[in-house]
Amino acid sequence: MTISAVQVRGLVRTFTLKGVLNGIDLDIAPGEFVALLGRSGSGKSTLLRALAEIDHEAEGSGEIRLPERLSVIFQDARLLPWMRVLDNVLLGVPGREARVRGRSALAEVGLAGRERAWPHELSGGEQQRVALARALVREPKLLLADEPFGALDALTRIQMHALLRRLSDVHDPAVLLVTHDIDEAILLADRIVMLDDGRLAADLPVDLPASGIARRERIAELRALLHRLLGVEEAPADYHEDTTPPEPAALGRAI
Amino acid sequence: MNAYSDLRVEPITVQKPRSVPKQRLSPGKPARYGILLGPALLLLYWTVLSVTGWLDPRILPAPWTAITTAIELIREGRLQENLAISTWRAMTGLGFGVIVGVTLALLSGLSLLGGYVIDGLVQIKRGIPILALIPFMILWLGIGETMKITLIATAVFFPVYINTHNALRAIDLRHVELAETVRLTRWQFLRSVVVPGSLPGFLTGLRFGVTASWLALVVVEQLNATSGIGYMVTLARNYAQTDVMLVGLVLYALLGFGSDAIVKQLERGLLSWRKTLGR
Ligand SMILES: Nc1ncnc2c1ncn2[C@@H]1O[C@H](COP(=O)(O)OP(=O)(O)OP(=O)(O)O)[C@@H](O)[C@H]1O
Ligand SMILES: [Mg+2]
Repeated sequence: MTISAVQVRGLVRTFTLKGVLNGIDLDIAPGEFVALLGRSGSGKSTLLRALAEIDHEAEGSGEIRLPERLSVIFQDARLLPWMRVLDNVLLGVPGREARVRGRSALAEVGLAGRERAWPHELSGGEQQRVALARALVREPKLLLADEPFGALDALTRIQMHALLRRLSDVHDPAVLLVTHDIDEAILLADRIVMLDDGRLAADLPVDLPASGIARRERIAELRALLHRLLGVEEAPADYHEDTTPPEPAALGRAI
Repeated sequence: MNAYSDLRVEPITVQKPRSVPKQRLSPGKPARYGILLGPALLLLYWTVLSVTGWLDPRILPAPWTAITTAIELIREGRLQENLAISTWRAMTGLGFGVIVGVTLALLSGLSLLGGYVIDGLVQIKRGIPILALIPFMILWLGIGETMKITLIATAVFFPVYINTHNALRAIDLRHVELAETVRLTRWQFLRSVVVPGSLPGFLTGLRFGVTASWLALVVVEQLNATSGIGYMVTLARNYAQTDVMLVGLVLYALLGFGSDAIVKQLERGLLSWRKTLGR
């Protein structure tokens, strides 16, 4: 058995008079990309905030084991408006040599040369890429992301998917991605877990064939299954038919 | 050619290219010294009234009288001397007021106990007008410089404290969360989130504080002063020298205007990261 990057046992979280997480067990292997789906209000953010240790307002019990180095990406880029882009990336990272790493992290997300820009001078997608660079520069063993692309337009989102997948291949952290987008989950994750009624109601490996008809059929099958589990009507079949992301090389100049 | 090539294209009048579209809800880009327009108009009005003789010089002398009197006062050395003393009083009071205001705001904004003790006291004290303190201040501190500076510092303290304290309380919780997830130390958190985040509030307080310092200065200089602009004016009043009184008034105005401009400049430099309408 491999050692898990994340190990959660019997996690319970309640807000005043309202139980949200009701005994969660979750393991994530090193380098594994897990997408967390669930209806609105099912407790996805609550779980993620528990892992990020910023859920001071919640009560509860349970055991959480996490790697020392972890990064969090929020739905909003959450940049400090009074710091230039590079300083935002390096927030809390000490040392002179860190600046070099900060620059290369910005280059990785296609923002080379924007080091001295103010956050408000960037587009929404660019700001979110800065947040991605800020997460990566810490070389995390675990990346927690709560609907990081939720506020972006469809095209930018597709570009961000490709970027995130490429970077998570390169840096190989374990990833827990909260999303409500079924296609995003299928496209990006190695495994999809679903929260329902305070528990993990489903745990599906995403085992896509490399290409061709078999791949499309498997995608359609997974999508249908997830829609059924979430209890929603399925979107038209041609939506997101081909889930091959655009070439990452095109991203540098995008937007 | 493509499929559209045989379409007859109506001529389109091309609009002149506009370099920068105007922002419709903002007043527009401010001109460099636009702020001087109002004062300039007032000066013009005053000049016209004086030239036409509608304004009795015994009520209010003409602008040029103010200038010649000022030149005379400078030649005698009285103007510089009194101006220096007044400025020193205001600046010293401002300095103490700002230091105490910021320190107490930090103590009460960043610690619970500090908040209970300090903020409660400040809120009670806030109900008492500064001027009502003058009799007590004179009783405790006499009528010398100590009393004057203390009173100015007290007047400065309140706006600085209240605005800084509010700004500290209003620090964005999302930024606090971010600081936690990137594991900032307490010191790093203060330096990179708390201080820059509350700086706009502090600067607003500073601007009110500067105004308050001049206001308090005028009041304390009416009380048994033996030097300063206020003294000069009081003396002139005894001899009905309206021109000297006027010079004193103009000096106060210039000092207030100038110091406010300095703080504004400071704001512009320190808050260059902000995107706001009026810049
Ligand atoms: N600070 C809080 N105080 C009280 N209740 C809360 C708090 N935060 C969340 N809740 C409740 O916990 C439940 C789960 O919230 P959570 O934010 O985890 O949902 P979610 O799955 O992330 O939903 P969404 O997809 O809409 O973001 C909700 O019913 C919400 O009302
Ligand atoms: Mg949520």
